[in-house]
Amino acid sequence: MIREEGLAARLWRFAIWAAVAVFVLNVVAVIAVVVIDSFAARWFGTWLPPAFVTHWYSDAWNDFQLSDILIVTFEIVAAVVVISGVLGVTAAYAMARRNFPGKQAVMLIFLAPLLVPPLTYGIPLATLLYKAGLGGTMGGVILANLVPTVPFMVLVMIPFIEQIDPRIEAAARVFGASTFSLFIRVLVPLLLPGVLAGLLLVMVRTIAMFELTFLISGPTSQTLVVALYYAVFASGVRAGQEVDVMAVVYMISTLIWLLIALRFVSPTQIVSRTKQRA
Amino acid sequence: MTETPVLQRSASGGPSAPRGSTAGGSAAPDAGGVLELAGLRRDFGSFKALRGIDLTIAPGEFVALLGPSGCGKTTALNCIAGLMPLTAGRISLGDRRIDELPPEQRGFGMVFQSYALFPHMTVRKNVGFGLAMQKVPRKEAETRIDEALSLVRLHAQGDKLPGQMSGGQQQRVAIARAIVIRPPVVLMDEPLSNLDAKLRLEMRAEIRRIHEAIGSTTIYVTHDQDEALSMADRIVVMQEGMIRQTGAPEALYERPLHADVAEFMGFRTRMRGRVQSVQGDRATVETGGAVLEGVARNPVSVGQTVTLMIRPEDLLAMVETAGLGGTVRSIEYRGRAFFGTASLADGTDVFFRSEMRLSIGQRIGFTAPPSQILVFAEDGS
Amino acid sequence: MSATAPARQEVRRAGIPLRQRLRARGIDGITLLVLPALLALIALFVYPFVYGLVVSFAPKVGPFYENYRKFFSDPFLRSTIWHTLALAFPTTLLSILLALPIAFRVRLMRRQRALTTILLLPMTLGTVLVAQGLLTYLGPHGWFNRVLLLLHITQAPLLLTNNYWGVFASLVLTGFPFTFLLTLSYVSGIDPALEEAAATLGGRAWDRFRRIFLPLLAPGLAVTFCLSFVQSFSVFPSAVLLGAPAGSTHVISIAAYQAAFEQYNYSLGSAIAMIMGVVQLVIVIAVLASRQLFYRGPVGGTKG
Repeated sequence: MIREEGLAARLWRFAIWAAVAVFVLNVVAVIAVVVIDSFAARWFGTWLPPAFVTHWYSDAWNDFQLSDILIVTFEIVAAVVVISGVLGVTAAYAMARRNFPGKQAVMLIFLAPLLVPPLTYGIPLATLLYKAGLGGTMGGVILANLVPTVPFMVLVMIPFIEQIDPRIEAAARVFGASTFSLFIRVLVPLLLPGVLAGLLLVMVRTIAMFELTFLISGPTSQTLVVALYYAVFASGVRAGQEVDVMAVVYMISTLIWLLIALRFVSPTQIVSRTKQRA
Repeated sequence: MTETPVLQRSASGGPSAPRGSTAGGSAAPDAGGVLELAGLRRDFGSFKALRGIDLTIAPGEFVALLGPSGCGKTTALNCIAGLMPLTAGRISLGDRRIDELPPEQRGFGMVFQSYALFPHMTVRKNVGFGLAMQKVPRKEAETRIDEALSLVRLHAQGDKLPGQMSGGQQQRVAIARAIVIRPPVVLMDEPLSNLDAKLRLEMRAEIRRIHEAIGSTTIYVTHDQDEALSMADRIVVMQEGMIRQTGAPEALYERPLHADVAEFMGFRTRMRGRVQSVQGDRATVETGGAVLEGVARNPVSVGQTVTLMIRPEDLLAMVETAGLGGTVRSIEYRGRAFFGTASLADGTDVFFRSEMRLSIGQRIGFTAPPSQILVFAEDGS
Repeated sequence: MSATAPARQEVRRAGIPLRQRLRARGIDGITLLVLPALLALIALFVYPFVYGLVVSFAPKVGPFYENYRKFFSDPFLRSTIWHTLALAFPTTLLSILLALPIAFRVRLMRRQRALTTILLLPMTLGTVLVAQGLLTYLGPHGWFNRVLLLLHITQAPLLLTNNYWGVFASLVLTGFPFTFLLTLSYVSGIDPALEEAAATLGGRAWDRFRRIFLPLLAPGLAVTFCLSFVQSFSVFPSAVLLGAPAGSTHVISIAAYQAAFEQYNYSLGSAIAMIMGVVQLVIVIAVLASRQLFYRGPVGGTKG
């Protein structure tokens, strides 16, 4: 890598860091505003609220039954992550290792959900799920959320699997491994970084997925983000601060999951490895 | 090869002066001047990759930087190219100071180990990139590209993409790309290391031929002793960021002045011993229960602990075990003679030659002509 | 295989066993692994999609094309395409224009993880938190306007909420992390030796960018654009919370939702959703097709 040292180069470097700083500052400010408001007795038109209280948290917790919602969100996300992991990795393996008639069509089916807006298939999917009696249930929400995540896992994992030398698998088979054994002992350990990185993104996307869950969930199967949306419209009855509390709880729970996941995974591993010369 | 640096002009007029001067196509080959490296240092945090390199290279010389991995040769090359800043030291070409210039202003041609051909450009565009940067007019550029491609014998492949070519062909494109800009200095970073053995031999001769055709100074980094011996006018052996010895290939091969250099030149056996007597540059050393006589380049004193080094070809195995004796550990046939390893009584491993096949575990003795045994101090000097 | 004569004749008559024939065409136990995911998607995506398409051609009243005719003849509905594109295009472009130089700078750094984590932070926020936050922060009495007034950059508070700009800000804020991640991956995938070679041949920074990086990055950037554009195009909750959902930010997803779940006209809702899909698909295909103009091979340098 070459470092420029001229004046123009230094100015450019400064400009970039300034842009980064401005972006980060704005993000921090937006978060701070919500956090501060959640502790504010009331806040309108001043730099900082005149007084701080903490009762909004307990209020919101009870009013919105946040503990239930958190548990529901966790269950839904966990189910989606596990199922899309299993379905995605197996399908990706088949796609990476075999050429069969109709493979192009299958690939298209895997690509399409990522290129089509969620509402386009979400609206008819919602009507169908309601007809099937799954409307408003956790099962329905989980099924709907699988549509964007399974193709995503497949697409992410195919290049990873293609990177693994098929001769390693051949060697394992020569030594007597069954397909199941091959997966567990050879493939999964090799694929783990990619799988975890992919599942991390699946987790984040599902927590944040609004449209699909919104269309299908009922009062007992709302994820946090959907409950948050409803709370905003109910905020005429409840204080806006309680909505902010919910938003803060959302952010913190996502942050915790994200940080835990980031200990095991590097997000850029999804696409390529960084090359640096010492 | 024992040629002195040959300065020849190619049909196109030879290397031009470094960028910035008004040279046309007929600049003298030594217009680039002497390349001088003074006190080069490069640190990476606490790791000192270069510990003070001083070297003067005459115009048109073919210099090989030889050493094991990690010795700093590639770092030195990158610093000369400007791809890495120096921690201390000066580089000058003729009377111009270079080390403060960015790489694009130094005007050196470089051939990378991975060739680094631009994958989205044809061979002609790759080769012509430097000329495009110099804003050379189209017609002249096309002519020079043709010349360069002819020189590397790739004239018919001009419109191919790098991905469509073999390793050897890609490497020749990389060379053409570096020389077409007529640089005063050409830098080569282990360009043959990714080729198979046969191709490597062919390309060695090719590179030497091209060097003589264009007459630029060439600095060639390698870890391969044979490459350095066969191609260079002068070899610079490096170890741990320092220059151990420089000299013509024969000088280094026959009279290495340091244990590391000797090791590089094929003196594989190292034995520790104690000096018994000294006479001029000869010393008798007691080692492994026997007494051997060897040549000490640098003075040693009686009683000093020294390292003895011998080439496998020079250490002959004998059936009688008088003098130095050991047990055979392995033996292999190489057509001319047998070569093997043995361990001495004190555990040292030696590499020897034998006229007949021996069996593993057999006890044998060794003999070696004193003029081929080198004596070095413990630290290698 | 020691078969007796009549048995051997049987085999010859039956031909190669089915299993082997299938295997020769690439179908065996491994191939079947694709089935669970495939069946799931057929049931949950292909079937609903086709169902939606069919429903969109079965309006309550009028001929089969009634829904589509209604959409394109009603300016309130028709304008949603424009509103959505006016939001999706600029925000995606801005994200990429910001991500590119920052990615270039970041790839030179050793400790990338910390900075990358910070820049990925907005991914944890969720649209509603961002909306709530921006409503206050960008509001007439919010910190943003206060700082601008303080520094005398503006004379009066800027109107940034409940209009186009609020949604714009929200899309950039939430879209940037994903765009940055992808761009960084593509930028990092280019062999650094290529830049070094270009420099030794006399290429200054701008030359290197224009002649080496840009052509090699173009296909990756096209993909990044498409994926980010797809995200922005589906904008929904922020358009409602932060924008003017009945006015300048009346985006197409709102129209589809309203038709289906507020007017209970599933047919019209499906039709609008289909139009949304088609518009998005056309743009994505156009951008991806332009990739053909650029080099699409490996960018990791030559065989080294």
